[in-house]
Amino acid sequence: MAAPNLYGSFVKSPVGGLLAKQLGLPRPAHLPRRADRDELVLSPAVVLGDSTGADDIAARLLDWGADVRRRADDTGSVGSLLLVLDDLRRPEDIAGLIQQARAAVKKLQPGGRIITVSRTPDGADPVVDSARGAVEGLLRSLGHEVRRGATANGIQVAPEFPLSAVSVEHALRFFLSARSAFVDGQLLRIDADTGTAPADWNQPLAGRTIVVTGAARGIGEAIARTLAADGADLILVDMMNAGTELSRLATELGGRPVLADVTQERTTAALIAAADGSPIDGVVHNAGITRDKLFANMTQDRWEAVIAVNLRSQLAITRALRDEDALGADYRHVGIASTSGIAGNRGQTNYAASKAGVMAYVDALAGDLAESGGTANAVAPGFIETEMTATMPVVTREVARLLNSLHQGGLPQDVAEAVAFLLSPAAGGIRGETLRVCGQNLVGR
Amino acid sequence: MTAPQNAPRRVHVLGGNRIPFGKIGGAYRGVSNRDMMTAALDGLIARYSLQNERIGEVAGGAVLKRAADFNLTRESVLGTALDPHTPAIDMQKACATGLETLNFVTAKIRLGQIDSGIAGGVDSASDAPIEVSDSLRRKLHTLSRAKTAGQRLSLVGSLRPSDFAPLAPRNSEPRTGLSMGEHQAITTREWGITREEQDELAAASHRNLAAAYEEGFFDTLMTGYRGCGRDEFLRPDTTVEKLAGLKTVFGKEQATMTAGNSTGLSDGASAVLVGTEEWAAARGLTPLAEVVDFRAAATDYVHGDEGLLMAPVEAMPRLLADNGLTIDDIDFFEIHEAFAGTVLSTLKAWESREYMVDRLGFDDVLGTVPREKLNVKGSSLAAGHPFAATGGRIVASLATMLRTAADDTGRTQRGVISVCAASGQGVVCLLQAEPVGQEDK
Repeated sequence: MAAPNLYGSFVKSPVGGLLAKQLGLPRPAHLPRRADRDELVLSPAVVLGDSTGADDIAARLLDWGADVRRRADDTGSVGSLLLVLDDLRRPEDIAGLIQQARAAVKKLQPGGRIITVSRTPDGADPVVDSARGAVEGLLRSLGHEVRRGATANGIQVAPEFPLSAVSVEHALRFFLSARSAFVDGQLLRIDADTGTAPADWNQPLAGRTIVVTGAARGIGEAIARTLAADGADLILVDMMNAGTELSRLATELGGRPVLADVTQERTTAALIAAADGSPIDGVVHNAGITRDKLFANMTQDRWEAVIAVNLRSQLAITRALRDEDALGADYRHVGIASTSGIAGNRGQTNYAASKAGVMAYVDALAGDLAESGGTANAVAPGFIETEMTATMPVVTREVARLLNSLHQGGLPQDVAEAVAFLLSPAAGGIRGETLRVCGQNLVGR
Repeated sequence: MTAPQNAPRRVHVLGGNRIPFGKIGGAYRGVSNRDMMTAALDGLIARYSLQNERIGEVAGGAVLKRAADFNLTRESVLGTALDPHTPAIDMQKACATGLETLNFVTAKIRLGQIDSGIAGGVDSASDAPIEVSDSLRRKLHTLSRAKTAGQRLSLVGSLRPSDFAPLAPRNSEPRTGLSMGEHQAITTREWGITREEQDELAAASHRNLAAAYEEGFFDTLMTGYRGCGRDEFLRPDTTVEKLAGLKTVFGKEQATMTAGNSTGLSDGASAVLVGTEEWAAARGLTPLAEVVDFRAAATDYVHGDEGLLMAPVEAMPRLLADNGLTIDDIDFFEIHEAFAGTVLSTLKAWESREYMVDRLGFDDVLGTVPREKLNVKGSSLAAGHPFAATGGRIVASLATMLRTAADDTGRTQRGVISVCAASGQGVVCLLQAEPVGQEDK
């Protein structure tokens, strides 16, 4: 059910387009997704920076078949711009790249990619940290500035690990590709060099048994489809009343349906039975509900129902699966959070509480799982075109769509791509992160 | 196949699926038999990964069929992910349709014609056929053969408002003019079944069905459809006191039958997967219970002063005797609750020397069915009764109960099903489960 996109349709009309241009109004661009764009790297790719890390990344892009340049002034346009800033020692070090970077940004193609690669401030040296911290402001502002569906994102690698860590490669692939179409202005931290490269980067989840809750419709269905395309063996969970939709999807994707309520204790046993002896390599806790009310009118029931489904179920299922020793060694936990949980939202105290809880939980759980090579992360969708958002009041919906750098709502598939990214065996170095899929929503970080 | 060419093979229930049963005009209002049957098959296919599987035969049917339900089962199969080379057949024996479809595919497997089958059925009270009057139909047929404009004009001119009165399917027996409820009311009175007994049975049905949902019994037997995740007739909080407040609807003198202790008009579909042990093993499926045997009987309710719904009374002792069993060998009794009065009359008849020995000619009474073994997960009063879908509901549920009990107790478990049907018919069925080794538990 696609909700009407009044503003989006208006600016696509000849008159609307002209008006928007004259008045400087936002003009949402078509964002190419996986099916629209084959190549991993949009060429030419300009890699700036003079560290050995920059050389490594340039070499890697060459391996991937990209047309790689180390300067921006000798190319007509730029598909991808990589600012490799891993050896910053002082805040003024960034200045050396500004001329070339500015030239590249000016020539950035529609749907182009800007990626910063830098180091995580670690408290060892305040001067170094100030330089490392500055990168964040640079990339977030670039996200706001670039147009026509281009995005800017950053990869922040812990200082003790080389840029050759498999999770760095994995993150580069994600941000460079069409899979990150609606991810913008985000800084992703890589904390470890754990993780393993898949045998085939086009089937990164082959042989992995993944559970998706709330899979019958909307974002859950998109997650299931995306994971199936990436080769995962799926266990799809939803409520009994969505049974036929879930069953038909499971049949289509070759997965196993489990009709269960995630808040019930017996659900874990059903998941283990469905896994049929295989370790569960990942769980996507997508099942979620809203029971919106202004806090002044919030009832106990509405509060408890949302916390039980959105947060409590993740804790209970994770603990039970760990107790039953049902998880694979390099297990991947992915919680679905929300930008409401980051910035808050009027009428959503219960929902925002549950989602903020998810983000804190994955951070803590990641520490627990690290020893065995497991990870826990969250994906925080912003405004995504779903049945849920289609029921919003028209004006609220139109405004919500525009309140991000890409001036449009995302698609369920965009959330699914981020989930698939975090589920990969190659994502072992990404721990306790919340990856926003919001087109750089104006609220929160 | 290691058995000699013509030795009958053993057939097992491997799983089942149904959609929750709806009330007339409820969740499945405007949904066709074919849509519901397809949904029930889709849930079965997904649960047991049967996509692209070439099933030996799918037998289904509906009691109330519209003209559009031509080849209903085969058309439903073609709408699923089963191999399109899967044959299918429509059958109909009123409320016993679901058991007879199982009997049919089981017999085919037994004889070695096929290795797997799906038995099921569907019915919609909400989308029941409505026919035109005999007079209008004849005029329309004549019109279609008319050759000249004049003939056509004269036929159109002959149409009268009365021709357009629609005919809904009749809920009465063609040979007696009595509805099924009125027939049962006679039997209920003859057997001296009280209102209280009937309401107690109805309350137990709701209580048992609600508890079954609560414990997750239906999680692997049901697939929700059209937003419906639970049988719409189920009233978990109903009590004998609440049921006692309902008005009687059938029977003239000493009426005891109400909407609470009679099944309501329902929509729904069910499907049961059966196959040989080898066929199951090749697909990683675990047999739930063996389909052992069936018997059918019929009463002379037209001239013989016999109860319309009492045919299973005769069929059950024959089924047990022919299999060398007595009532004490049975761990679970599933007696379809067309009406609470039907179940209670049946139970009383099995205990009655006069009826069993003097009238039916058996050597002895069948005996007493322990209530704690009767319809332990609820039955049609609480679940609803979409006629042809009821057999599949009961078979899959009973097979699951038998498997669980066999594994829990480590002993062979046997269950019987009794289904009465319109026109004085009845079918009974015996299922049996052996305990699986400890390592499988």
